[in-house]
Amino acid sequence: MFIDKTFHRRWHNARTSVFAAALAAATALGAAAPAHADPDTITAVMHSGLRVLDPIITTAHITRNHGYMIYDVLIAEDENFEPQPQMADWEVSDDNLVYTFTLRDGLKFHDGAPVTAEDAVASLKRWGERDSGGQLIFDVTESLEATDEKTITWKLKEPFPPFLETVAKQSAVPPFIMPKRVAETPSSEPIKEYIGSGPFVFVEEEYQPGVSVTYEKFADYVPREEEASWMAGGKVVNVERVKWVTMPDAQTAINALVAGEIDYIEQPQFDLLPILQGSPDVTVEVRDTLGYQTMGRMNFKHPPFDNVKIRQAALMAMSQEDVLGTLVGNPEYYSVCGAIFGCGTPLGDETGAETLTSGGDIEGAKALLEEAGYDGTPVVLMQPTDVTTLTAQPVVTAQALREAGFKVDMQPMDWQTLVTRRASMSPPAEGGWNLFFTNWMVPEISSPIVNPMLNGRGDEAWFGWPDDPKLEELRAEFIAADSVEAQKEVAKRLQAYTLENVIYVPLGQYVPPQARRNTITGMLPSPVPVFWNVDKTE
Amino acid sequence: MAAAPQPTSSLQFILGAVAVPRHWQLGIGPIIAAIVLAIIVVATLFAPLYVPHDPLSMDAVQRLKGPSSEYWLGTDAYGRDLFSRVMIGGQVSLFIGVGAAIVSVFIGLLIGLVSGFFRIADAIIMRIMDSLMAIPSILLAIALVALNGPSLWSVIFAITIPEIPRVVRLVRAVVLSAREEPYVEAAIAVGSSMPKILWKHLMPNTLAPLIVQGTYICASAILTEAILSFLGAGVSTEIPTWGNIMAEGRIYFQIKPSLIFWPGLMLSLCILSINLLGDTARDLLDPRLKKREG
Amino acid sequence: MLGYIIRRILAVIPVMAIVAVFVFLLLRLTPGDPAAILAGDMATPEQLARIRESLGLTDPIHIQFINWVGRLLQGDLGTSLISNTPVMSMIGSRIWPTLQVGTLTIIISVLIAVPMGVIAAWRHRSWIDYAVMSFSVLGFSVPVFVIGYILIKIFSIELRWLPVQGYASPSDGIGAFFSRALLPCLTLATIYVALIARMTRASLLEVLGEDYVRTARAKGVKEKYVLFRHALRNAAVPIMTIIGTGFALLISGVVVTESVFNIPGIGRLTVDAILARDYPVIQAMILLTSAIYVFVNLLIDISYTFIDPRIRY
Repeated sequence: MFIDKTFHRRWHNARTSVFAAALAAATALGAAAPAHADPDTITAVMHSGLRVLDPIITTAHITRNHGYMIYDVLIAEDENFEPQPQMADWEVSDDNLVYTFTLRDGLKFHDGAPVTAEDAVASLKRWGERDSGGQLIFDVTESLEATDEKTITWKLKEPFPPFLETVAKQSAVPPFIMPKRVAETPSSEPIKEYIGSGPFVFVEEEYQPGVSVTYEKFADYVPREEEASWMAGGKVVNVERVKWVTMPDAQTAINALVAGEIDYIEQPQFDLLPILQGSPDVTVEVRDTLGYQTMGRMNFKHPPFDNVKIRQAALMAMSQEDVLGTLVGNPEYYSVCGAIFGCGTPLGDETGAETLTSGGDIEGAKALLEEAGYDGTPVVLMQPTDVTTLTAQPVVTAQALREAGFKVDMQPMDWQTLVTRRASMSPPAEGGWNLFFTNWMVPEISSPIVNPMLNGRGDEAWFGWPDDPKLEELRAEFIAADSVEAQKEVAKRLQAYTLENVIYVPLGQYVPPQARRNTITGMLPSPVPVFWNVDKTE
Repeated sequence: MAAAPQPTSSLQFILGAVAVPRHWQLGIGPIIAAIVLAIIVVATLFAPLYVPHDPLSMDAVQRLKGPSSEYWLGTDAYGRDLFSRVMIGGQVSLFIGVGAAIVSVFIGLLIGLVSGFFRIADAIIMRIMDSLMAIPSILLAIALVALNGPSLWSVIFAITIPEIPRVVRLVRAVVLSAREEPYVEAAIAVGSSMPKILWKHLMPNTLAPLIVQGTYICASAILTEAILSFLGAGVSTEIPTWGNIMAEGRIYFQIKPSLIFWPGLMLSLCILSINLLGDTARDLLDPRLKKREG
Repeated sequence: MLGYIIRRILAVIPVMAIVAVFVFLLLRLTPGDPAAILAGDMATPEQLARIRESLGLTDPIHIQFINWVGRLLQGDLGTSLISNTPVMSMIGSRIWPTLQVGTLTIIISVLIAVPMGVIAAWRHRSWIDYAVMSFSVLGFSVPVFVIGYILIKIFSIELRWLPVQGYASPSDGIGAFFSRALLPCLTLATIYVALIARMTRASLLEVLGEDYVRTARAKGVKEKYVLFRHALRNAAVPIMTIIGTGFALLISGVVVTESVFNIPGIGRLTVDAILARDYPVIQAMILLTSAIYVFVNLLIDISYTFIDPRIRY
């Protein structure tokens, strides 16, 4: 009971001092911010909270990043987009039908067991059931076997020229190698044991889904000798612990970095960068120069976008500069780019994107819309309200479409509702949709094999479901192309075809800079943020 | 989430116990509150006539600009005019407040009358109301917005549902004491029809406390809308409200505090005035209230 | 009195049962598919269907409900659909920050608000009364997150007295705990202080008008004894009541405050779960918070019989 005879006395004594004392005590003792004080731990705020621990079942970037912490891969892509040996070396038969991988020595899982070829085979098979590129390879696979402890033999029925690039893919679902017993989990069920052979160990006791996850250096990891380059080369770990924490409020994270409570922010909000740039202890820099492609996708199944002319009119109304300017603001961090495979990539080509990259053509769009006989069917545009990197695209595009004469019904919803609803093939009035936007890391769309939007198999295609045999033909041509020149030539035709038929609308590239305390050095400029090679000085 | 004291089973403590000056005199406070509220209502209601910009029209070049002769309060992250958005947004916020108040009072009145008058219905209704009240209103509201999508009406609905049980309890308490009054008993005795008794004899008793409660719900709804927006479950920014202007502006708090300051100031002034007027109304009406419940 | 307490406790059962049914139905009507969030951007429709099935989302609703209630009665709250961790252990690791911040808030609020209310009533119609009343109305009128940001701006960014964010458990050091908990508590306390100060003042004014207080004053009893021993004691019931009903306010404040200050508590857990449609977590959290609310108010109701000798049942 707080109200008794002694209450007023206690209060009388306390009233002047309680507040002051609390403040003073807090000030004196509270400055000991654990993150900053510990030179062996890097505390990082990543772009989102880690909730799913199975990197094969989901394509979420944060889960893939988690995958790179605790798992290793057979072969990996370096900064020239070239596959390089990581856990294994490989040999290819002269007829390009047999690939033989040999595991290097000293590979161990975190529970101490050695990594065997059987583990790798089971892991590759589970990956092949989930990953789109993996599915293509398994379509032409004759056998995949562990021929001895260290040798994996992969036989194909017909040549698959981009085989190595696909196995070395860094996004969205790389073939991470897990122990056989874990990899035998059905690919529709999440795994329940989190053991890899990668440079970091997952600390299960400290894992709080969506809040924080801790990794410890794996003492028995043997890095390759080569210099680290993107996902390839030696993964040398220089710190004891890496802790990822989630901060739902962008501003909180910024303040915490300036105050030295955390060491690193993967993607600080663009508009808040000036606060960070004002701090002498913090460096803001672009880590991954490829960055992200933002894009729009129309629904081919329902009016008005089942009509190619109306799709073209919509594309004509859109302007990359307007979208990127609003989304990013600072021109230093975005670039107008009409290439569906991304600018700065081997296949990047901007054919057919002239209106997109030059500010849009509202008048042209109006004329085309009239010619197409647009009857005023409203465009149901889905707007996610809780993803900061996706809020500008719908708003800016809606305005452009309205100016061109479209009737736009912009429907706000949370991202979860959006991803559910975009899977619905119903007409827009019955829970379907006409247009939505999303962002891809450039390596995820940089070739016809990985780019999910270029699938033209109707109901089996990616959301929007274009039923387009010509598109499929072009993709098959690309897979069959056996030289770089031939690949580039097909890619160029795919680019032109995609924009002409508005398979999807590339809206340009942006590079979210990262922010780090100056004590953090040596981060690799890779698309996936990794914590090997990184040093923390006092 | 209610911004005002919530009537509960111990209704009299909350509605009744706030002291009534024995000889009530209207202070300067309520007068100022009334004037401020009147200015806000008139200014936002007629906003479409005088705001200099379309609150939705964007200009990527003019993002996050400071005040100028063109943009009186500067622009937001989409290059939209903050002044126009705040004034038009006020209209929507007030609409949400008044809408939530009217709907919850109306529904609560109907349920409360039934509950207070019919013993059988009472037990069931009050258990359901107790349960609804036990669910934290903000969580219930987020779930309801998730259910119906973040449209204006769905937000009003989500704010209204958690308020209903409080109104029901209030009405029920009034009805329970009023039905013992001789004139009601007389009406029952002469065989007046139930709807007539409810409507003509019992309902008028509830009017005074409901007006007070309605003002609190109105204030609380405006605030709740802001919090829902903050949590990512508010009205789309295509329809500006004080809440979603602040929610959108909150990440710019350090570089451009005006995005929170102006809508926040308007919202706080508005709620402050409504609450003060609610208090005044309650104090004026209170003697009658107290007699009935005492 | 024992009979009353037992009746009161039994009355909790139907309330919680209705909450359970209501929450379950509400969620299953919500559009949204946890499988889609789980699978990410590249999943094909066929993969989604398989995941949905493995999560048990394709069973008929009544089967899902019976399964859930069955497990619930055995104390099993289920497993998160997204992170695959038991809901019980998620709550276990996240409830402490919320409880600590919540308790501290109530303590701070009472320590500030009761004296404020007493002084306002004592100096009725003085400037101090008006100041307290203005503050208490203001406390209702400013959104919690705005208060949070203002406090961060002043104490963390300008003065650099306190950390910007985060949570430290008391086991990490009492100083670290308080330094991080203080701003969230003050933020949360504004509404609560407003509420309690207002109620204290009102109840006290009422009691001060009663005969026995006037008698005491006439007999020359010292003013502070009049205020605290006689008046405040008799005003305790309404103050306790408002603390109980204000508990609902505290819960909604917690949800917001935990986002602003990055506290890994159950408020954030619930909002995240709603946005991800993680049904087992949402159901458990709403049941839990409702149960806490009901329990707190039950305790307060029962405690009346001890505090106020006039109340007998």
